[in-house]
Parts: sequence; structure tokens; C-alpha cells
Amino acid sequence: MLIGHQPKEFLLAVSGLTVSFDGFKAVNDLSFYVEENEIRVIIGPNGAGKTTVLDLICGKTKATEGSIQFRGKELTKLKENEIVKTGVGRKFQTPSVFEDLSVFENLEISFPRGRSVFGSLTFQRDAKVKERVEEVAEMIFLKDKLSTYADELSHGQKQWLEIGMLLIQDPDLLMLDEPVAGMSVSERAKTAELLNRIIKNRSVLVIEHDMKFVEDIAHKVTVLHQGQILSEGTMEKVKNDPKVIEVYLGH
Amino acid sequence: MIINSRFFNRSELIGFVSLAVLLFLILPLSLDIFRLNLVAKYLTYAFVGIGLVLCWGYGGILSLGQGVFFGLGGYCMAMFLKLEASSVANTKIQSTPGIPDFMDWNQLTAVPMFWKPFYSFPLTVLAIIIVPGIFAFIIGAAMFKRRVGGVYFAIITQAIAAILTILIVGQQGYTGGINGITDLRTLYGWDIRTDHAKFILYFVEVVLLFGCIIAAQFIRLTKLGRILVAMREQEDRVRFSGYSVANFKIFAFCAAAIFAAVGGAMFTLEVGFMSPSFVGIVPSIEMVIYTAVGGRMSIFGAVYGSLLVNFAKTMLSESFPQLWLFGLGGLFIAVVLAFPSGLSGIWADYVQPRIDRLLSSRKPKAAWTESSVADGAPAE
Ligand SMILES: Nc1ncnc2c1ncn2[C@@H]1O[C@H](COP(=O)(O)OP(=O)(O)O)[C@@H](O)[C@H]1O
Ligand SMILES: [Mg+2]
Repeated sequence: MLIGHQPKEFLLAVSGLTVSFDGFKAVNDLSFYVEENEIRVIIGPNGAGKTTVLDLICGKTKATEGSIQFRGKELTKLKENEIVKTGVGRKFQTPSVFEDLSVFENLEISFPRGRSVFGSLTFQRDAKVKERVEEVAEMIFLKDKLSTYADELSHGQKQWLEIGMLLIQDPDLLMLDEPVAGMSVSERAKTAELLNRIIKNRSVLVIEHDMKFVEDIAHKVTVLHQGQILSEGTMEKVKNDPKVIEVYLGH
Repeated sequence: MIINSRFFNRSELIGFVSLAVLLFLILPLSLDIFRLNLVAKYLTYAFVGIGLVLCWGYGGILSLGQGVFFGLGGYCMAMFLKLEASSVANTKIQSTPGIPDFMDWNQLTAVPMFWKPFYSFPLTVLAIIIVPGIFAFIIGAAMFKRRVGGVYFAIITQAIAAILTILIVGQQGYTGGINGITDLRTLYGWDIRTDHAKFILYFVEVVLLFGCIIAAQFIRLTKLGRILVAMREQEDRVRFSGYSVANFKIFAFCAAAIFAAVGGAMFTLEVGFMSPSFVGIVPSIEMVIYTAVGGRMSIFGAVYGSLLVNFAKTMLSESFPQLWLFGLGGLFIAVVLAFPSGLSGIWADYVQPRIDRLLSSRKPKAAWTESSVADGAPAE
């Protein structure tokens, strides 16, 4: 590796990434780089391959070709739970929380300790765990709902809970798939506030459709179209790119 | 608060104590030894049921092949008892004295290698745990690492049950074939066929059953228990929270296998023989039905389900043998469609609230907070 020759060390370096579903290339020779503490937003029309990119990074889908380097580790060779341990956290598009468990228990499961079978048998709910769970619950506006079962939460609250589960993992790269989709206006504002607070000291990769939300948080925007990058740069630059206007912002 | 450090919450404690009173006092005092031995036989399925509660109810892994592990446990025990019953003195009319009768009938002249460890009782006890445990581990690792789950897994466990039955029936000289291993007599010279022995064995079994109940409850209350529930609902979320889902499934499946094997070993002791008819597809499905009827999320439900369905089976198949299978099928459909949480669900929904109301009308405040908050966990 010629890392020494590169001008900057990236947190995440995706290069030549391709995945083919029975010949259909959902992601096609994609390369992009995310720096430390950067907030990158991926936008693009439906079916552009945005979710698939996150699936590839977190190991849910195996790449056909290409490489994903995270802190110098090749992620395409690791299993999902090993990728989590390197410091990548993933939120799904539809809120996926454990509905038969309480908010406390949901958060506790993500606490990065006792992740082996034996470790989970001997796991103790000590002061440190409780403290951390309560701290995160406060951040995600669910402090007074710790003993509520997750199935009683609203859609927005479930989204927050899942974000909270990622926060407890304390990942270096946080990937969020449409975190404000389906939220009310007030919930959106609160989520933006939440995201702005949690992005400190970590990089974030967000997929989002809400342009106002994107302008609020993005350092850099990547526009994806048919599995390839159409445009990349600041929101200002991307917004004025004629190619982008044609396929995406135009309608 | 949800942080409930007690081992049993109030309703679980009531369940535990009432079951203990029923099994340790009421049944032994009120039933004759023939009936008590029947209860002992029914209860061997409760071991399987408790394992299924963990594996299926909590972990969402439906195994339709628990008869395999019940059978392995049972056969391990039967092999020991058979060797003891086949002393040279007992078998002097055979062409090769000192080996089990069915081996002699099949022209074997020596006890096969894999039977040798079963001359020792400690090794036999070890085998009852280890053999099904390792077998479940191999199946689990092969399936869950490849992400085979749900219906496919259930079908494969059925296939394994069928294959094992065929194997046992086919290898008559080594296994006793279709008749199984019969004519078991003594354990270290202690005749297990007497009424007194049956009485003692009943209590040994109930003690072991409570051991399994406590072990299952312990697992349920650890973080592993919560991960099982989480896995059943959102497998990917568990995976992307940093857990190897396959390893947790393997654990649950192995635990269920070991519980089933202990039940199988006790079955051999209580009934005095073991045969392939307790291994195959039909008994394996019946074991799932006992669990479903009791309530697949309830450890105690598994015990009551095993007792009640087997009692009904004995009653019905004595008077209308043809009707039993239809009755069982109907029961299963009724439970799945109308009462997915089985008897324990009916108890929790209809009986428990009434008891609570009765108690709370007597001592209004204390009872209310106790039952509604502390016991609110989705325990049963
Ligand atoms: N596992 C899969 N198998 C087959 N096709 C898939 C799979 N996952 C995604 N696709 C296809 O890849 C394309 C990109 O999907 P996706 O990444 O979900 O788009 P979006 O940008 O809307 O998130 C879609 O056409 C989708 O149908
Ligand atoms: Mg998507």
C-alpha cells in the first residue's frame, strides 16, 4: 500500500465498488472517499443504489468487485459483526428496533460489551451500563420512556431509538438511511438537532431526500444515479450542476 | 423500574411454587404408582418442551426434530442398562453369552466399539449430555452459519429425524432395530422395575426437571435471553449491533437438545425401554404441539402442556385410537389460530387479571403497583 504517498488519510475509501444482481449492476464502479469528522450526504432518485452502497459497506451485501478500506482494513473480507467491531454503525431505512423489549433493553443490547455467547451469559447490568443508557436515552428524547416497550413507540421515536442504539456503539463511521423519512415536521427539526449533536468526533454517511435537511447538515454531497456518481462536492456546487438538475432536482 | 433483579417476579414465583406443590406433593400423594409412573412418562416430554421454549419461543428457531435428541439421550441410557442386563449369567442360553440379546440374534459375537463406553455409568451420564450436544452443534453450525433458518431449518430437522429412525431400524444388530432396546432391568443392581424404584425415579426426575426450569429461567434473564428475543424479531439489527447471530442460534439449539436428551434418558428409566418410535417425525411434531399448547413463551406452560396433552392422549387413544391423531392435529390448529400463546396466554389474559383484581380489592395499593409494574415484564 502506498498510503505514505497519499496526501491525506481517509477514514473510508471506496474504490471501484461494483455489485451485480443477476447481471443488473445496482452499484457500478463506484469510488468515493470520506474524511475524518466529515458529514457526507448521498442523494439520488429512487433505485439509484444508495441503500445498496450502505449494504456493501456494512457487509449485508457482498461486493462483486472493488474494495472498501476503513481505517486501513479491507471491509469486503470481514463478517458483519466484525465490521461493527472496527467501528462502523448502520441504521436501516425502516426503523428496526426490538419491539418485544423495552427501550432500556434495546439500548443495552447495543452496549459494546459481552458480545460473545459466553459474554452475554455473564453480562452484568452495572452502573456504567445504566449511566450510558440513560445518557443516550436523554439525547434521543426517550429518557422518560426507558421501561416502555418499543412497540408502543411512535414511528419517529423508533427512528430515534435506532439512532440511539448506534450511539451506544460509539462508531467512528455512522451510516444513516433516510433518518427523517416519515417524520412529522417537529420530529424532523428535533432529528436535525440530534444529528448535529451526535456527529461530533465521528464521520457520518447519510442518505436523505429532504433537501432542506441536507443543506442543514451536509459538508459534502454525493449524487448517485444508476449506481454511479453523477456529481460530487458542496451542496452549492451540486445544486448548480446541470446534470444533477436534469435527472434529479429538475422534477 | 424495568431493572428487576429478582430471579422470579411475583406471578412466576406463584407458578414455580404451585408447580412444586403439584409435582412434589399432590400427585405423589393422590396417585397410585401406576398413574404416577404415567405422569413421570408425560413429564419426560416437559424437558423437551422447556428446551423448545428457549429455542423456538424465545429464539424463533422451530425445530421439528427434537425427537432426535430425546432419542439420543434415551438410547445412551438404554445402552448402559442393556449392558448391565446382559451379564453372562443372564444370557447363558445365547450362542455368545454376555452380549445384548439382539446382538446375538444378529450373529454379532462381540459388543461393538461404540457400545464400550456404556459399561461405565459416569461415562453414560456424560454421553447423555455430550452426544446430543455435539450433534446439535454440528447441525446448528452447518445450518446457521449458512443462514439457513425458518421453514427450511424446520424441514431439515424433520429429515434428520427421519434419517436417524431409518438408521436405527436398519442397523438391527447394533441398535436393536425396530423393537428398540428392551428388557432393561437394573441400575447398579437396583431393580428399576419395582414400584418402589418407580416412586424414587419419579422424584429424581422431578428434581431434574426443576433443575432444567431454573437453568432455563437463568438463561432467559441474562442478556443472552434478551438477544434471543431480539434475534427472533430483527435478526439483522442484532447482527449489526456486533453479535454473531449464528453462534447464539447454535447455543439455543444445543441447550434445547441437551434438555431433550435428559428427558429421553429419564424416559428410558421410567418406561424401561427405548425404541425408534420416540425418535422420528411424528413424536418430534407431537413435542412441538405440547409446547405450543402450553404456550411457547412459557417455561411452566411447557410442563403443563406436556402433562395435559399426554393425559388427553392416553384417555383418547384408549377409547378411540383412530381419533387421536385428528384430535392432536385439531388441537394444534386451534392453538395456532386462536391461542398463539397457548394455555399460559389464556392464563395471563383471563385468569391472572381476575386473581389480581381479587387481591387488589383486598389490599388496594400495594397489590396494584406490584403486579402492574414489577411483573410487567413479558415473562410468561
Ligand atoms: N438484494 C437485491 N437483489 C436484487 N436487486 C436488488 C437488491 N437490492 C437492491 N436491488 C436493486 O438495486 C437497485 C438499487 O436499490 P437501492 O439501493 O435500494 O436504491 P435506493 O437508492 O432507492 O436506496 C434497485 O433497482 C433495486 O431493485
Ligand atoms: Mg433506499
